[in-house]
Parts: sequence; C-alpha cells; structure tokens
Amino acid sequence: MEPLMAFVVGGMFAASIYMMLRRSLVKLVIGLILLSNAANLLIFTVSGMHRGLPPLIAEGALLPEGGWADPLPQALILTAIVIGFGVLAFAVVLIHRAYEVVKEDDLDKMRSTDT
Amino acid sequence: MLLAVLSGFIVCLLAPWLTRSLGDRANWVLALAPAALFVYFLGWVPEIAQGEAITIHYPWIPGLEINMSFLVDGLSLLFALLISGIGTFIIIYAGGYLHGDERLPRFYAIMFAFMGSMLGLVLSDNIITMFVFWELTSITSYLLIGFNHEDRNVRWLALQGLIVTVGGGLALMAGLLMLAVAAGGEFTLSGILAADGIHEYPFFIGMLLAILFGTFTKSAQVPFHFWLPNAMAAPTPVSAFLHSATMVKAGVYLMARLNPALGESELWFYMLGIFGALTMLTGSIMALRSTGVKAILAYTTIMALGTLTMLIGIGTEGAIIAAMTFLLAHALYKAALFMLAGALDHETGTKDVTKMGGLRKLMPITFIAACVAALSLAGLPPLFGFIAKELMFEAVLEADALTTFLAILAVLSAIMIVTMAAVFALRPFLGERKETPKTPHEAPLSMLIGPVILATLSLIFGLAGFIPAAALVQSAVGAVYGEPIAVELYLWHGFNLPLMMSIAAVALGLVLFWKWDAALALFKRLTFIDRFGAERGYERFMDAIVAVAEWQTRLLQNGSMSNYLITIVLTIVGLTGWTLLVHTDTPIPLGVMDFNVYEAVIAALVVAGALFASVTSSRLGAVATLGIVGFGIALIYVLFSAPDLGTTQIMVETLTVILLVLVLFRLPGFLNYSAPATRIRDAVVALSLGGLMTLLILAVNDVTVTDPISDTLVEWSEPEGHGRNIVNVILVDFRALDTLGEIFVIGLAAIGVYAMIRFRAEDKAK
Repeated sequence: MEPLMAFVVGGMFAASIYMMLRRSLVKLVIGLILLSNAANLLIFTVSGMHRGLPPLIAEGALLPEGGWADPLPQALILTAIVIGFGVLAFAVVLIHRAYEVVKEDDLDKMRSTDT
Repeated sequence: MLLAVLSGFIVCLLAPWLTRSLGDRANWVLALAPAALFVYFLGWVPEIAQGEAITIHYPWIPGLEINMSFLVDGLSLLFALLISGIGTFIIIYAGGYLHGDERLPRFYAIMFAFMGSMLGLVLSDNIITMFVFWELTSITSYLLIGFNHEDRNVRWLALQGLIVTVGGGLALMAGLLMLAVAAGGEFTLSGILAADGIHEYPFFIGMLLAILFGTFTKSAQVPFHFWLPNAMAAPTPVSAFLHSATMVKAGVYLMARLNPALGESELWFYMLGIFGALTMLTGSIMALRSTGVKAILAYTTIMALGTLTMLIGIGTEGAIIAAMTFLLAHALYKAALFMLAGALDHETGTKDVTKMGGLRKLMPITFIAACVAALSLAGLPPLFGFIAKELMFEAVLEADALTTFLAILAVLSAIMIVTMAAVFALRPFLGERKETPKTPHEAPLSMLIGPVILATLSLIFGLAGFIPAAALVQSAVGAVYGEPIAVELYLWHGFNLPLMMSIAAVALGLVLFWKWDAALALFKRLTFIDRFGAERGYERFMDAIVAVAEWQTRLLQNGSMSNYLITIVLTIVGLTGWTLLVHTDTPIPLGVMDFNVYEAVIAALVVAGALFASVTSSRLGAVATLGIVGFGIALIYVLFSAPDLGTTQIMVETLTVILLVLVLFRLPGFLNYSAPATRIRDAVVALSLGGLMTLLILAVNDVTVTDPISDTLVEWSEPEGHGRNIVNVILVDFRALDTLGEIFVIGLAAIGVYAMIRFRAEDKAK
C-alpha cells in the first residue's frame, strides 16, 4: 500500500501548494486544509501501514494480540489533526475579518498593513 | 582584588542615589571611591616595583575555563593607577562642569561603570574576561559619548564610535581565540606570554591582523582615527578621561601586553611602525587645522596614540622605555589640558581659540596650569614630556628598519605639536581681551584641582625622573619587554642627535606658531582631506550596508505571499532533492504494490478530490470535494489500524465543512486573478514538491534508521499507564505535556476567533 500512498501524498502536496499560490484568500484556505492533511498522511505512510493491527489491548492482556501498528506516529498525527483544525479555524476567521476590513480578496492588492 | 575591580560597578548602582541625596557635595564624596582605589593600587607598588607579576584566581564559569583571574604586573598597575588617579579628579571636575545638571546622577553611574570596565580590562588575566571588559568599555563609552542624547548629531557620532570599536572587537575576539589556540589552549595572558610556538601557528598572520584590527580601531589608528575626535561630542570630563588614561589607551595596552608574545614578528614591526607613524603625522596635521580647544587636544591624542603604537612596534629596549614614559607623560598632561579646555569652554561659552584672548588676568590659575601642561605636551624641559620626547627620538633613531622614514615623521609631527601646544597655552590668554558669549572668571576649585595637581606632577616627574622610573616605569617596561630592564630617566642626555631634533622641532614649531593664522587659512583650504578622508569611507560603508539591506529586503521580503512560498518550496525541493539524488540509488525502486480494489478506489477518490478542489471554479464544489478528501483519509486511517485517527478525522472534517460553509460564502466567489503563464509556473512548482514527496516516501519506505521507541511504550501501556488504548495512553500519559501544549494552542486559537468576531460586532455597533 505504501507505494500507492506515495502517489496520493504527492498529489495532495501538489494540489495544496498550487492552491496556496493562488491570489485569492479563499483558495489559500483550501490549500491550507489540503496541506495539513497531506502532512498527516505523509507521517502515517512513512511510519508503516498495517491492516487489522490496531494498537489496542484486549481486556486482561498485556499486549495487543498478534502484533500492532506503531502507536507513536498515530499519537503525533492525532495531535496534528487537532492543532491543524485550530489553525484552520483561526485562519478562516482572520481571513474573513481581513476581507471585511480591506474589502479585497486579492492577496497581491493587500499591500499596506495599516488599512 | 575582585572587590577593587567590581567596585566601579557597585558604586555605579549607588551613585545616582548618592548624587540625589548629597546634592552639590556629591562629587567630592563619590571621588573617594576612585581615590581609595588609587591608594589601594599604590599599596601594590613596592611589591610590583621589584619586578613581580602576581596572578589571582576566582573561578567564574569553571566548565568553560573562564576564570575571574587577575594579573598584576608593572603594566597593569601603571594603567590601574592612571585610571583610578585621573578618575578621582575627573569625578570631582564633573561636579563643577555639570553643576546643576539634572542628568548628573546618570552621568556618575555610567562613569563608574566605565571606570570599572576599564580596570577590569587592564587587570584581567583571562582573555575571555578581558574581552568582556573590553566590550563593556565600548558600550559604556558609547553611553558617555552620547550623553547629550537629545541631540541627533551626538547620537550619530556616538554610534559611529560604537560601530568602529565594536566592529574591531569582533575581529579581536577571533584573534584572541586563535591566540589561545596558538598558545596550546592557554586562556590566560600569563600563560600565553609564557607559551612557546605561537609564531609557528599556521594562521599566525590572520591572527595577528585580527588582533591588530581590534586594537587599531580601539586606539584610533589610521584609518580608523576619525571616531576619536568625534567622540568629543561627549561632555568634557568624559573626553578628558577617555583620551588621557582609558578607552583609547585600551588598544595600546593590549598591544603592549602582547608585545612579548608577538613582538618578534616582522609583520608586527611593520604594521605598528608604519601605521603608528602615519597616525602620529595625521594627528598632528589635523590638530594644526583645528581651532576648537577640544579638537586640538583630540587630534594631539591621535598623535600620541600613533607614537605609542610606533614605539611598541619598534620594540627595542629604548623604544619600550620611551613608550611607557610617553604613556605616563601623555596621561598626565592630556588629562590636565582637557580639563582646562573644559574650564575655558565653561567660562567663556566658546570652544574656538581664535575667539578667545586676554584671559590671563581673569583666569590666572588656568593660565599657569595650561602653560605647564602645554610645555609638557610640546616636550620642553624641564617637564616630563621632554624626557618622553627625547627617549622617543632616540628610539626612532635606533629602529631596526625604516629609520629615516620614522625619524622624519617624528620630527614633522613634533614641530606641529609644539605649534599647537603654544596655540592652546597662549592664544586664549595673551593679547587683546575679546568678547565671549559668557563673561569669564576663574573656574571653581573643583575644576582646577585636577589640572593643577596633574600639571605639577608633570613638573615634578620631569625634575625628578627617578621617582616615576623606579616606582612605575621600570616594572611596566619589564612587563612589556618581557624581561627586566633597568630604567633611569633624567632630563639631560648630552648634546646628541635627539636633542638637536628637539631644538629644531621647537624652533620651527614656534615659527609656525607665529605664522599660524596664515597656515590655518592655507590648511583650511585643503578640503580634500574632508572629502576623501577615512570618515567619508565609513559613511560610504554604512550607506552601502543600508543599500544592500534594502536590496535584499526588497528581494526577499517583497510582501508577496506567493513569492515567499515559491522560495520556500524551491529551496526544499532543491536541497532535499539533491540529497536524495546523492544518497540513494537511482532509479528508486517502486516497491511492492499490494492493495485491494477498495483501497485503490479510496486512494483514487482522495487524489481526485484534491485535484478537483484545486481546479474547480465553484466554491460549493470545492468544499464538497474537500469533504470527500477528508472522509477518504479517515477511511484510510481506519483501514490501516488507526481507529482513533479515523474518528478524530471524521469529527474534525465535519466541523471544517460546517465552518467553511458558514464563512466562505460570506467571501467573494472563486475568482481567478492570475494570468495563465503564472498558473503554469505555479503548477510546475506545485508538481515539483508533490513529485519530491512521492520519491521521498518511496526512498525511505524500507529504511529504519533506529529502532522506534514505540515498542517500549506498548509494553508500558497496560502495566504502567493502566490503559488499553495505547494511542490514548501516549497522549494523556507518556506525552501529557505535549497534549497540554496542544490544549493551550487550541484555547489560544479559540480566544483569537472569539476576539475577532467580538470586535466585528463592536465595530458594527458603532
């Protein structure tokens, strides 16, 4: 599965960077969302993908039965998903606010910091 | 000893409070501190005069071999006595000069900090400690020079001094560290001076030049001399202190200090000899062109620093004796002259000698003290300055090389110094009484006591040369030369060439004094000195720095988001791609494609969604496909053993879509601002990163650098963490602090979001 995922991650990175390079604020937001998802998938893929081996321990046991998928990257990604959402929420409101003040969606025209 | 060095900083803290509570008498009380130091250092004289060198250690940062270690020998003791002795008079004098100035508390505070730094500099044995004090003198002198900080020009001049000396300090630090390496990891001056093989160090020339860059900038050698006259922007007590005993002599001190270790090198001789002699001549010429009382003295200081550097460079026994004698003589007369210049300025309200005249009856004590000190400056018997000058001529004549060159420069500058000494001592006092902005009368006691005592010392030391010779000069010479030398100082050296040179210099100097007005007019016309001078070079350099900064700021910080992003992406692609290319086998193997049909479908959906979202022109379409991407990813998490990630992703994705729908539709539609060419460029950039990521994953797929720590975490989960969901145990137990940080970030984002929405509501209410 990892080789296939390599192309998925690559495609998502490409899409996100392309969106972030657009001058429209709205597209920038979509690029941000794609970027954080792509980064999470990157870590997930590189840490090794296994089917049916969740890092869960059955009651009374000490270790997961029959091996486990690496739990540490999962914990890190979980943190990243939540933080990514926080950043996104902030960015979306910020952009909305900026648009209200400047009345301009084109990044190249938002030149002055004092408006 | 530690207390003695640090006392400056202690008094610095107390000074403002004392000044406020003591009022007018503060200067006399505060002067007790340097006076006590002077007496303390005087107590060392008998021991040091025997040729002893004493080191005292206090550990400071033991792990880094940085000790508060102090080296007391003839050289450092001479400096310490000058600093504390002249410092005493300066403090008393400042009380008179800045009488009633509300900034006086601040002045004393900085002055004492400066004095402490200077003492630390000359007494330190550890070169790191010494360097710290060296930089402290730069910083405190910046504060002193820029004392009238409300004046824009003064700020600029103070900054100039700071940049030049601190710039030199950077080079010095490199040089000192190299010196420590060259001496076999020796970080103490005493160790370096005793070390062998410094001359065999492969980077000897670079090290020497770095050290000399530091000392030349500090001691205002050509071509860095310009900052020193500009430092006159400081109040006169500061100038008197900086020029006579301290700041500018720090470079001379270090060169003298390192002379035993580096002096054998030819480069040392030529650098110091040539630059010193040129500085000497430049100082004299510039002095001749000046009419301000302080400017004249500032340029003669440059002359003196050049002379000292030259003498240390020559490095023969005679030259070192001359250097130390000259150092002492110069400190005595220059401090006196500066304080008298301040008195003149203070009483008449002008600094221009051509606007003063006939003050001898109104300021008789000032007049007499000025005559005595100026005689020492001119190098006339029976003053101490005469002995110093005779020794200087002798030393120049016995130099190993460049003898004629050095001798001619020495005589030329001596002629001009005689002229300027006469100008300073006679012009303001003789002749017609001239109108001055203020009505002059004799300066107060606090402003006269220093110059009078120092001028008297010049006279006593001249008449009885054996006193300074035995007490101070001999041991200092021994420290600089590296082995003990017997020193005898006396006025009469017999009819010899140096005496002839002196007589010629005095005669010609007096002729020049007689014709000074004409000479001045002539020299003033030589404006090319201003146009092509070193100061102009400094300005050009600073302008160039600003220009480069502007250029690169406009290039890098151009305010265009896409430019930043492209720069970042291309840098990543370039660096990572290059590393990938060099360190992995090409072509990168594709690996085993083992996937089920439904997995492939989900993967295809995710990619297709992402690509569609980026090309569609419909906002709703973009948000909907983003949803597909997000849920697809959640499925991937679930399918590949990460149920927690799956549930989190589903929740977050739901919230994201809701948020986007709520906010995005208040924003304008999907507009295409970019030209097609730009879009192609962006697509190329984006694809390069995407491709790189794909290759990266394929390349690292089978690589395990170290064993992951996760196995331990899994084993600990149930027995130690008492949880069966290992990911959760990691989050709330093993990496609990991380999670706390995460909660903090989310909280902060929530506050930010709330604030922005709230402000909008308030704006609308208005």
